Amino acid sequence: MELRKNYFADVRKDDLHEIGQDRPRSDSPGHVTGKTSFFADRNFPGMLHLKMVRSPHHHARIRSIDTSEAEKHPGVARVLTAKDVPHNVYTILILIQVGPEDETVLADGKVRFKGEAVVAVLADTERAAQEAAAKVKVDYEVLPAVFDMEEALKPGAPLVNEYHGQNYYLYDSGECRKVRFGDVEAGFAEADHILEQSYQSSPIEHAPTETTGCVVAPAGNDRFTCYTNTQAMFFTLDNTSIILQMPGSKLHFVGGTVGGGFGGKVDVIVEPIAILGAKLTGRPVSFIYSREEEMQISSPRAAEKVVIKDGVMKDGRIVARKVTGYTDAGAYSRHSPYGAQKGAGHYPGPYTIPNVWIDTYCVYTNRTPSSAMRGFGVTIGDFALEVQMDKLARLIGMDPLEFRFINAYRDGDMKAHRQPTEGAALIECMQEASRAADWPVAEKYMAMSSYAKGA
Amino acid sequence: MAKVPVQFTLNGSETAEFIDSGSTLLHALRDKIGDTSPKGGCHQGTCGACSVIIDGELRLSCLTLAENCNGTAITTTSGLSEGGVLHPLQRAFLDAFASQCGFCTPGMIMAAKVLLDHTPNPSRDEVVQALSGNICRCTGYEPIIQAVLLAARANSQNAA
Repeated sequence: MELRKNYFADVRKDDLHEIGQDRPRSDSPGHVTGKTSFFADRNFPGMLHLKMVRSPHHHARIRSIDTSEAEKHPGVARVLTAKDVPHNVYTILILIQVGPEDETVLADGKVRFKGEAVVAVLADTERAAQEAAAKVKVDYEVLPAVFDMEEALKPGAPLVNEYHGQNYYLYDSGECRKVRFGDVEAGFAEADHILEQSYQSSPIEHAPTETTGCVVAPAGNDRFTCYTNTQAMFFTLDNTSIILQMPGSKLHFVGGTVGGGFGGKVDVIVEPIAILGAKLTGRPVSFIYSREEEMQISSPRAAEKVVIKDGVMKDGRIVARKVTGYTDAGAYSRHSPYGAQKGAGHYPGPYTIPNVWIDTYCVYTNRTPSSAMRGFGVTIGDFALEVQMDKLARLIGMDPLEFRFINAYRDGDMKAHRQPTEGAALIECMQEASRAADWPVAEKYMAMSSYAKGA
Repeated sequence: MAKVPVQFTLNGSETAEFIDSGSTLLHALRDKIGDTSPKGGCHQGTCGACSVIIDGELRLSCLTLAENCNGTAITTTSGLSEGGVLHPLQRAFLDAFASQCGFCTPGMIMAAKVLLDHTPNPSRDEVVQALSGNICRCTGYEPIIQAVLLAARANSQNAA
């Protein structure tokens, strides 16, 4: 399929001589010869293997933990509980002042989702670590759990996370992120038609072929080298520094080679506890998620619910949009307050709508904590918005592509979150899509431009 | 734990090692012998990243006991290039952008090699079938399928 490349030819004077050329990737020769070094390809003499004792309950109080039998198991070097972690309660985004700290490295007094890390066992072999982990006795008092966002927001719902005090993230704007633009009720009053629809998604696991993990080697001088497949090297280093109360100069992180991430390796989960294990035993430590852990424990894309109410005119103009978005953070924040906030800015879509009202909630439930995944915060929203656009076009008997031309944002338009539109290319993309897909639209739409309003 | 000796030919070289009885070939290759080209993606025989060739047959090294490999000839992706020259499949994977994160690549190349060894000019369907035990999460498979077909064409041109 040949696409026209002369759009914006009048403004782009750059000599883009690399665009359109085949260039070999610098990492490919290593990949095809099996020489690329992934973190788990590092092996050190005397390396310990870390296995996690995980909560079998979605929500429970921990009455007691007995590690005595596990410690006696042959091959076990050390068993770690919450009291061994210098700064056990953390949150990733504290680095950019998004608190409160709301998550434990190892559970302390309570578990809030099934699979939560409670006790870490370090042993000579994976098998010994697994067998010893099975000997850790945890006495739980099971608590009522909540798995549905709307249930979690009702009065009297079980409180998921005490560090928040309520089952939603408290933004500086209140219980949700808000966008207010124009007068949405006046827009609905003026509209020829109103359409309100609700869209929902389930959590989605990234399922990278290489599971999450790290290998840590003590450097012998109170420094630790951590080979990791994190996608967020400096976030991980700085959060590890906080959790272990160690200066960053003691931590040497080696990474950049990731066997599939898709956003699923941006949380700080395996490195702090593995480095702590190496520090307390003086031995190298390997902590690699099993496939089961990757699927069940690692953060998925959040489940979302999006309720969209639009007011539309017979001539195709959307005159009002009201959106309520819910992001299921699971038991802990990780990156979800940020994802929900992104949604607030994004819900008008690439369309200019004069009257907008948006509320987005980041909700806590007893599900696996969610976090980043490819455009998190906007991807599910885009699905909902574009399905809604098709439904609106059908409602007024208009071609769905022409309907989008009428509402497309153009340079100079003010977006609902008060960012002026610049560098828009939606009109031109749709013109080319119309041609490439052989989906003709009226000539007046083919004559439109992103920068000249009158054209 | 009792150690047992294993001895086989790995990429043409005589190789011997003492291993824990019951350990997998994947463990023996990666953690004992030091050939880390087979990858552990699931350790349950579902992802194909650990694929190796044993006596000409495609095998999942995560489900193969090392001690059952005595006397066999084992090929891994790290042993394919000769004298610094890439194997046609390696060349094709590189040229066709068939490798993104690279984690599934060694296993994919093993599966493709066994196919081309038995079927030098496969149809697209035969390529898809041959790669069906190997999971890739990056490419969407199409560039990998194209790479295998490209390598088959390159082989037949060389033979002509």
